Amino acid sequence: MYDAWKILVGLAIFLGLFTFAFWMNAGKAAPVPEPKIDTPEIKKMAVKQCVEDKEYMRTTHMQLVNVWRDQALRDGNREFINQKGEKYVISLQNTCLKCHSNKKEFCDACHNYTAIAPYCWDCHIVPPEEPKEEPREESKGNES
Amino acid sequence: MIEKALKGEPRYFMWLVFLMGIIGVGVGCWFYQLYKGLGITGMGRDISWGVYIAQFTYLVGVAASAVMIVIPLYLHDYKKYGKVVVFGEFLAIAAVTMCMLFIVVDVGQPQRMLNVLLHPTPNSILFYDMIVLCGYLIINIIVGYNCLLADARKLPHPGWVKPFIYLSIPWAVSIHTVTAFLYAGLPGRHLWLTAVMAPRFLASAFASGPALLVLVLLIISRVSKFDPGRDALQTIAKTICYAMIINLFLVGMEIFTAFYSNIPGHMHPLQYLFVGLHGHGKIVAWMWTAAPFAFIGVLLLLIPSARRHHGILAFACASIFLACWIDKGVALVIGGFIPNPFHRIIEYSATFPEIAITLAIWGIGALILTVLHKVAITVREEEAAT
Amino acid sequence: MSMDRRQFIKIAGMSALFGLGGKGAFEFLRPGALEASEHGHGVEYVPEEPAEVAKRWGMTIDVQKCGEPGVVEKCIKACHSTHNIPDFGDSKNQVKWLWQDDYEHTFAGNENSYMDDRVKELPFLCLCNHCDEPPCVRVCPTKATFRRPDGVVAMDYHRCIGCRFCMAGCPYGSRSFNWFDPRNALNQKEYNLDFPTRMKGVVEKCNFCVERLAQDKLPACVEAAPEALAFGDLADPDSSVRQILRKRSSMRRKLELGTKPSVFYLV
Repeated sequence: MYDAWKILVGLAIFLGLFTFAFWMNAGKAAPVPEPKIDTPEIKKMAVKQCVEDKEYMRTTHMQLVNVWRDQALRDGNREFINQKGEKYVISLQNTCLKCHSNKKEFCDACHNYTAIAPYCWDCHIVPPEEPKEEPREESKGNES
Repeated sequence: MIEKALKGEPRYFMWLVFLMGIIGVGVGCWFYQLYKGLGITGMGRDISWGVYIAQFTYLVGVAASAVMIVIPLYLHDYKKYGKVVVFGEFLAIAAVTMCMLFIVVDVGQPQRMLNVLLHPTPNSILFYDMIVLCGYLIINIIVGYNCLLADARKLPHPGWVKPFIYLSIPWAVSIHTVTAFLYAGLPGRHLWLTAVMAPRFLASAFASGPALLVLVLLIISRVSKFDPGRDALQTIAKTICYAMIINLFLVGMEIFTAFYSNIPGHMHPLQYLFVGLHGHGKIVAWMWTAAPFAFIGVLLLLIPSARRHHGILAFACASIFLACWIDKGVALVIGGFIPNPFHRIIEYSATFPEIAITLAIWGIGALILTVLHKVAITVREEEAAT
Repeated sequence: MSMDRRQFIKIAGMSALFGLGGKGAFEFLRPGALEASEHGHGVEYVPEEPAEVAKRWGMTIDVQKCGEPGVVEKCIKACHSTHNIPDFGDSKNQVKWLWQDDYEHTFAGNENSYMDDRVKELPFLCLCNHCDEPPCVRVCPTKATFRRPDGVVAMDYHRCIGCRFCMAGCPYGSRSFNWFDPRNALNQKEYNLDFPTRMKGVVEKCNFCVERLAQDKLPACVEAAPEALAFGDLADPDSSVRQILRKRSSMRRKLELGTKPSVFYLV
């Protein structure tokens, strides 16, 4: 083999760079997120439930939101009927965020963990979060 | 075969490094533009397309012009083009790539560009423009690469390439026709709303593209041992000359129709471009630079004794290239937006980042062209040596 | 079946080409059918017949009433605060949904050299004309702007790629591009929390208040100045706008372009 030495060094550098993400983060597993649902609006509910059941929302909320946006904006149909036959107004800002008024602790918890950045909030306004009983923002600031 | 681009004289690599420097500055500016928004350009709500789209329009023409070498060679068996045709095809590849990059930098949300495929919209001319540009790029890569590969191996050109060559002829016409339709189908923009837009685009393309090719070939014949052949250059020069005459004729048609009919909407953009309107005239100096260059270029190419002199040929081709660039790469797009729908005149001038990004894309085009032509030159030199 | 590398690449390439082109071909033959079938993916969705909607929404603007002090201003203010419209403070980057201009410029091309002084000075409210034959919809490469069955020309900001072809296509100057992030030009404390902002790099324009129409409300500008503006179904001969148009002479902008605007100026 010609230039075996050069090729091996090149390969080593390539492999090192290629696996950079793995060894850079080795041993630094982030804690599994626990999205919080302790908002005033949800606390008021007798039966705590979303527009569909929890499992469905956990796995399919992105598709649901995608369909919602086309339904509301493109087809002008702003009414959603879930599998149980209950009716909801299709609106991210006015339906989803009305209950889930804690974007930081709900949406962002998982989105940050899975390192995705949906651009919903470039346009849709996050309602100002009501001050908590125990403001812990400062002490927790370095975890995000 | 492409490895031939890796060996060269120091000045070849210095040229590449120089181009990469220009590209680097522009890429930096592009990141700035992505971060801040397109507001860092000179474009605004009234002049909503600027230098980017203008370059795109001009370069589609340069790309289409390869057909002016392909038709004589493959339809009329004009063998003297046999050695230069690949240079034309590689020029087309570089030009189409630049076109695509100019679209990318002009779009507000480039990360969503594939929406054009995800939500195909056959009533939009941009949809067809995307199809024809991608297709033309692929055709030219297939044809140029395979023909040159066969030459390098001293084999006859493979038969299966022939249909692609014939397909490239109407396809070249289609890319510039569709690009003209982007403009010619819009209501209320009088400068663009004209049936001769596509013919005029084609005529100016068949003048400016081959003019660039002649310039490139003249440079190549100086820096390498490849000789494109005197007759080939002279024939291209004649093509340029007649295409430019037709182009000027069509511009004359526009001016006649607008001014003899005396319809204000049709006259205003032309007045703005050539004499200024209501005291606004940023483009006037450009137009009066283009006009003499256009006529001098045509005149020099018409006179056989002048045309045969390589220095004069180069000057004439540079004049025509410049005149067409001012016409399509500056005036046409901006002039179409003036006056605005409220008959107000808002002028446009490009900003520094905008110009740096534009230069970077021209730099990328020059880089692609240099590398591809380097390969072609090496193949031709090896042919000549045996 | 054995396959060498060359054959494999050929077949793979051809299938990729057909895959890419196929959707376009499908769209050509049966427009909309493919997207409709995609909507249901993985989500149970029960569409319901929407409540009765107009066949074609339209607006009349009484220019004389607009001339009374404060009328135009309150319309514009209502629109801007409802839709979180940024104010960049310069004409280059300006975003406009509802604004005013004079007769000479609004009806450019129909200038009358011997215009009566009254009309010459009156303010004309300008907005998207919600054309029946909208050139912006015709040119959009992604269907980001589209005409709804009720005549409203709507924008899907999620889908807009920011090519600005619609701005070149619109003969009324009614479309605005977000040259910068609009949130930088908005006061966060004055956000209308019921309506989103936009992001940089997309085109926006007046939406005839579709979000209010869905709640059976009138557009914000009409609600702000009912004495000057009227809104209703142009297809219904008994609607408020049709009754007004029967009695008063009206004008529309640039009719010669065949766009069929839905906004009528009463002079």
